[in-house]
This record gives sequence, C-alpha cells and structure tokens, in this order.
Amino acid sequence: MFEIFGIPSQALFGQLLIGLINGSFYALLSLGLAVIFGMLNIINFSHGAQYMMGAFAAYLLLAHTGLNYWFALVLAPLVVGAFGIAVERLLLRWIYRLDHLYGLLLTFGLALIIEGVTRNYYGSAGLPYAMPEALRGGQNLGFMFLPNYRAWVIVASLTVCLATWFVIERTRLGAYLRAATENPTLVNAFGINVPMMITLTYGFGVALAAFAGVMAAPIYNVSPQMGSELIIVVFAVVVIGGMGSILGAILTGFGLGVIEGLTKVFFPEASNTVIFVIMAIVLLVRPAGLFGRRV
Amino acid sequence: MAEGALLAVSNLQVWYGESHILHGVAFEVRAGEVVTLLGRNGAGKTTTLKAIMGIVARRSGSVRFENRELIGRASNEIARAGIAFCPEERGIFASLDVEENLLLPPQVRPGGLTLPAIYELFPNIKERLTSQGTKLSGGEQQMLAIGRILRTGARLLLLDEPTEGLAPVIIQQIGKTIRTLKERGFTILLVEQNFRFAATVADRYYVMEHGRVIDRFSNSDLDANIGKLHEYLGV
Repeated sequence: MFEIFGIPSQALFGQLLIGLINGSFYALLSLGLAVIFGMLNIINFSHGAQYMMGAFAAYLLLAHTGLNYWFALVLAPLVVGAFGIAVERLLLRWIYRLDHLYGLLLTFGLALIIEGVTRNYYGSAGLPYAMPEALRGGQNLGFMFLPNYRAWVIVASLTVCLATWFVIERTRLGAYLRAATENPTLVNAFGINVPMMITLTYGFGVALAAFAGVMAAPIYNVSPQMGSELIIVVFAVVVIGGMGSILGAILTGFGLGVIEGLTKVFFPEASNTVIFVIMAIVLLVRPAGLFGRRV
Repeated sequence: MAEGALLAVSNLQVWYGESHILHGVAFEVRAGEVVTLLGRNGAGKTTTLKAIMGIVARRSGSVRFENRELIGRASNEIARAGIAFCPEERGIFASLDVEENLLLPPQVRPGGLTLPAIYELFPNIKERLTSQGTKLSGGEQQMLAIGRILRTGARLLLLDEPTEGLAPVIIQQIGKTIRTLKERGFTILLVEQNFRFAATVADRYYVMEHGRVIDRFSNSDLDANIGKLHEYLGV
C-alpha cells in the first residue's frame, strides 16, 4: 500500500478502474449513437431503452431457456438488433426528410413505451443477474485488486469499439458507409442499395447498445430504468466528442469515464456533475465537439 | 422508338414539389455515340440526367435503356442496369481518400476499364491515391469523378458539365479522354453549356429550353446552324 498525492493507491486505482468500466459503457453506447447519427441523421433517444432491452434479453434467456451469459452476449444483440431493424423499417423511414426534432421525439417516445411496458411486467426494483462462472474472482496486482469480470468488460468493450472503428475507417464496406453519410443520393446512384445500408446500420447501432446491456447485467441490476439513468451521461459524452465522429465517440467515452472516476477521488462532490461541466465548456469553446468535423 | 437506340427517352416529365420542370423531353442515344444536351442555365439539362438516373422526386414518361423500361426503377437498380453518372458538382467524397473514391462504385457488369487503364488515362490520379479526395485540384477531382465510373462496366456514361470551371489545358485533356472513351466503345450523354468544347467531341446535339427539347442537329450540320445556336444559347 502506498500513497499518491495523499490518496491511498487502492482508492485511486479502484476509482480509476470504475472510471474505465463506466467509460467502457459510455464508449460502446456513444459509438452506437455516433454510427446511427452519421448515417440516419437521427438522434436515437431510445438508445438507453435498447441497452436495457439487451440486459433484459440476457435475463430472460437465462431464466426461461437456461442459455447462459455467453449465449446472451451473441443472441441478445441479434434479437434487439432485429427489433431495431423493424423500428427503422416501420417508423424511422418515414421521417428522414423532416427536421432532427421529429426523430428525437419519435425515439424518445419509443423509449418511454419500452421502459413503461418493461416496468409493467417486471417492476422497477431490478432483477439480479449472476456473473458468469468463468469470470468470478479477481487478481491481486499488488497495488490494487482487479476483479476478473471488470477486466473482461474493459477488454471486450475496447475490442468491439476498435473493430467497429476498423470496419468503418479501413474497409470497403466502411467506405460505402462514409460515402453514404456524405451523399446518400450519389452512392445510391452508383448502384449501392443505400436504404438497405441505412436499415442495417440502425440495426447494428442498436445491437451495440444491447451488447453493452448484456455486459452491464452482472454489474448493475437489470432494471427498466437502467438505460435512462445512463443515457443522459452518454448524450453529454456524444456532445463533447462531436456528433458523428467514430474515433471521437470511443476516445471521449473512455476519457470521460476516467475523468469521472478521478473526480470521485479528488473532489467527490463534483463527480456527478463533472461531465456536464466539461460539456458546457466544450460547447462554449468548440460547439462541434472535440472531434466533430461539422456542426 | 427508333430501332437500335441504346437509350430512348420520351415524354419525360419531372416535378420538384409544385414546380413542373421537364415537360415531355424526348431524345435518343445510339450505342457508341457521344450526344450532347445544350441549353442555357435552367433549361432542364441536369434535371434530364438526374431523371434518367432516378434521382428526382417525381418523374413520369419513358426512359428505355437496352429496351428495358427504367422509369419506375430505384436509382441503385438503374445503375445496376449499366448506366453511370458523373454529377456536375463531381461528388468527390471528403471522408474517403482518392483510392477509396476510385474504388467506390461497384462493378455492375464485366468489361469495365482496369485500374492500370484508368491510370493511363489520368496519370495524376495514380500519384495522389492516398490524398483526401477533396484535396485534389478541381481538374484532378473531375478526372477522378470520371475515372471511377469507368471501372463499373457501365456502357452509358452521363457526364454533367465536365469542363465547368476548369483551365483550358485541363478541358483539352477531358476532351481527349472523351474521344478515347468513344473509341473504346463507351456511349456518352454529355450536358454542356460550352458548345465550343462540345463541338470537339460530340456526334449529335439536342438543344433544350424551358424543360423541352426544341432542336436537334448533327455535328456535320453545326456550321450551318451556328447562328441559330448562338440565339438559343444567348452567347
């Protein structure tokens, strides 16, 4: 045990770890929001509800079919992503030509409905979800104790984020996506089925939220409001990083998680507001966000 | 419709909202020809290309390509039928590098130009492959915009004002390119305001005004019609 700036190392690294965990969720969720906004021009306010659906899908798979965490990690994003595809086909498709506000209101309404229905059936107390057997316990690193599951969350989130970044920035499919974000009409006129790409992009963004939800299930309670509690912070993260920037969303997500964790150590009173203070400053200095290319 | 036309447009009508833009445009392009639509600003030339490509809000009439009706088809299906479009604003993507821009349009048919053949036509592009697309000069962007649709295998190219805003030496190079493409069997429908440039590449001309085709003549009749043409174009 040693001290840094008068803070015991256990406390400092413990909060740093919590910061990285929160950052993992911020990054996954703001990445999904950025991908969706880039392609659909829709601010997906039901992202938090879709994250919650991922956690509930994991819970229901275990309770009713006995399929464990590892199956849920694959199945929940597929199921919730398919739900997203249905939402895009049936609802979002009709409002692309309208102002951003309509997309925001529609997805916000959708979030309220999803949350309300879930609360009606499962109450708001929250349901426990057991940690997978293989990831229980932890490692004593000397300067701190590292729970295995938390390490897994950070690694899995980083991997998924970087893989998404790679696909979008370095592959042919990603070039289609970037081009369609800039000029969907022309990309369509080259023979690429842009409406289909838009549908699948929304499905993918929603699946990312559900993936985050499954990973959150063993850490936080599975509850109907778990998404709405988190999503406000995630939107602040997106505003700070800049709407529509992929790498920006990832870096800002992890960075702000860490800043929030460190604030808990050095100035606990501000830990709940620090992200919003940063958001206000960024909006004043760089309205397009730290990594935003355009307003 | 005349026999042997690769593209036959008849009674093409287009509306943007309440405005009726094209009023029954009719013309045809035979395989291997370079045909130019001439006309003043706002005559409906660009709208005609967009209507063929299926990127206008509301259109009716008939656009037949290789004897298939395209008027009700989605834009991506029209491209896959074998028509490629090079827009007036060039449409180079800022978030893609030059190589990604070049490789973006998918191959819709076999028989497109190979990359080496495209680099031979446009040597500048080969040297700038890793640059951001929009960092190229205007002339290079135009060459990239033309180059990328040559790979696709499309046999009919719609080129919207490829010489706009370019230096004379670049315009000459584009003219040379168009003649080379014609020799290689491409069919080209060109929109131009600059009929002096068009005269160096085109086989035939249609003159548009107020959303209609009002006159037509072939390149050999150009001299005889030059007075009329000046009047049409107001030059």
